[in-house]
Amino acid sequence: MVTTSRAWLSLHRWLRGLNQEQRSVVIAYLMIVAIVGLGSLIMPQFASPNYLLLQLMKASFLGAVAAGQMMVILTGNIDLSVSWTLNLAAVMVTSIAQGQNERLWLGVLAGLAVGLIVGLLNGLGVAYLRIPSLVLTLGMDAVVKGVTVLYTGAQPKGESPELLNLIVHHKVWGGLPSVVLVWTAISLFCFIVLHRSALGRKIYAVGNNEICAYLSGVKSHRVLISAFVLSGLMNAIAGILLVGYAGRSFNGMGEPYLLPSIAAVVIGGTNILGGSGLYMGTVAGAIIITLLESTLSIMQISQAGRNIIYGLVILGMLFLYGRGSQIRE
Amino acid sequence: MTTLSIADGAQWLRRFFRRNFKVGIAYVALLALLGVYAGLQPRLFTKPVITATANQGMALVLASMGQTAVVLTAGIDLSVGPIVSLSNTLASTLFPDSVPGVIGVVVLVLLVGALAGLINGLIVVYGRLQPIIVTLATASIYSGFALMLRPRPGGYVPLWYGDLLTRRVFDLIPTSLVLLAFVLIFIWAPFRRSRLGLAVYAVGSDERAAYMSGLNVNRAKVAAYVMAGFLAALAGLFLTAQTSSGDATIGAVYTLQSIGAVVLGGTSLFGGSGGVAGTIAGAFVIRIISSVLFFAGINPLSQPLFEGLVLLIAISLGAARTFTLRNRLETMR
Repeated sequence: MVTTSRAWLSLHRWLRGLNQEQRSVVIAYLMIVAIVGLGSLIMPQFASPNYLLLQLMKASFLGAVAAGQMMVILTGNIDLSVSWTLNLAAVMVTSIAQGQNERLWLGVLAGLAVGLIVGLLNGLGVAYLRIPSLVLTLGMDAVVKGVTVLYTGAQPKGESPELLNLIVHHKVWGGLPSVVLVWTAISLFCFIVLHRSALGRKIYAVGNNEICAYLSGVKSHRVLISAFVLSGLMNAIAGILLVGYAGRSFNGMGEPYLLPSIAAVVIGGTNILGGSGLYMGTVAGAIIITLLESTLSIMQISQAGRNIIYGLVILGMLFLYGRGSQIRE
Repeated sequence: MTTLSIADGAQWLRRFFRRNFKVGIAYVALLALLGVYAGLQPRLFTKPVITATANQGMALVLASMGQTAVVLTAGIDLSVGPIVSLSNTLASTLFPDSVPGVIGVVVLVLLVGALAGLINGLIVVYGRLQPIIVTLATASIYSGFALMLRPRPGGYVPLWYGDLLTRRVFDLIPTSLVLLAFVLIFIWAPFRRSRLGLAVYAVGSDERAAYMSGLNVNRAKVAAYVMAGFLAALAGLFLTAQTSSGDATIGAVYTLQSIGAVVLGGTSLFGGSGGVAGTIAGAFVIRIISSVLFFAGINPLSQPLFEGLVLLIAISLGAARTFTLRNRLETMR
């Protein structure tokens, strides 16, 4: 008893010593432990390596989207064009590759080009035309949806090349899905960009105060464009991976990723107004949301109940992370 | 003497146009769209088509008016759509046949909508959390309740209820437009003219200054969210009359479309300027586009693309200001 209370005390003291960014990341990872613990009470296999690896695989797709979303949110903007950018990239892969392995690279290139173009257009609109990202990316999503529907007709053509299916479903080192490796690579890249590069510093600076950053010599327009382009590319990557996962592309496949990507970033402790947040938090956010969804589905809670609990968890996490200051302060 | 008053009048006119420039654009866009529509559909100016067109826009108009109140405080309400769904499913589940029963249900549904808005407002204000993420979370919760009430589309709506709301008063004016006038005169205008309504604008343009001036900032924000919830519920009730059934996903499109209507109507997303006059035009523009495209004989598959392009171009128009600024710093907020 004494030792546990002492452990709690030292944990508490350690948490207090951290700054708010770090604290929210720690809380997010503790949350993962809590969900796994809770899940294994309901279903003993929950904590088994195989099951957790499967969850990690599912989290990879969301993780890629959330990584891009985080770049944009850090600059004080938001990317609502996630769903159909992902979708169009996926459609490009299947329709260009047409199920042939030797054409896969063409499809992947076309998919990435979609992400690049949409991201570039978003970035130009926000940086130069100064259209609020909320409405610009919303409009862009509608346009990309229009392009996708026009391009595909009723249903997308073609299917995923066997090679892509193999790559996505491949397991390395006895069980680790290769998609998780892709996510790890993306994460390493994002971590270096955000926390070890000049661009990262500038992204945080622009998110905190664009005018200050600009007056200090940061070319804030380029920073904004870079963030949106990175987001577009991440969405495209997620779309390409999902084609391999599902074996095909279909219209509407990107829609389940928009709101969870924002939720993952926020649950990971990134300020929705931009300027602060650690990349490792977003990784935790993507895992939390995936685990939460699978736990609730194991408990055979209806979609209705899942929506309610999902919303309550996001609210709860927000309250845990300390809140904005009052005006009078 | 006279020259002075003419100069005054000219100045007043100039100020009027400058102030209402963005609202003007929304109405010009609406008139242009209606012009094209009338060219394509010669029967536009007959009673049935006018009624149908008014009905088509009404639910979005109501939901967007509520969204306007929140956007004016520099907030945003992503739970508008789910509240529309919740109202629709609740009404279709509880509706009896009798008139007093239906009135009771309508009142209850409106109260539930206002309560949902109140919850949003209280969390945003006293939780000191960002509106976009709070309403994202409550949107999930409200859509959960809607789905719980009605996992599958269906339910019962008395025939007379649908007829009452979607036809014409004295076979002359569409009931929906009468309803809109009623909402504007008895709900929106008193709100806008009250201390609370003024405070909503003040909070949006400078929250700190509003607080320093002794305005009740918190109450104004909460009131805006309550208004959004109430009007979203009203939109849901109108939608119930149109579809005569309940569907938990029916409101989904209203969240984004209401934001689109608010922006098209010239209300700034940064709060403090704009109003419902523009929003009404914006909402009708969004709703009429699809009919116009249909009558223009455009390939149905390219219809979403055109809708998206029109929306994108419309919101980009607000960016024209950027090119008149000399200093790049002025473009940053």
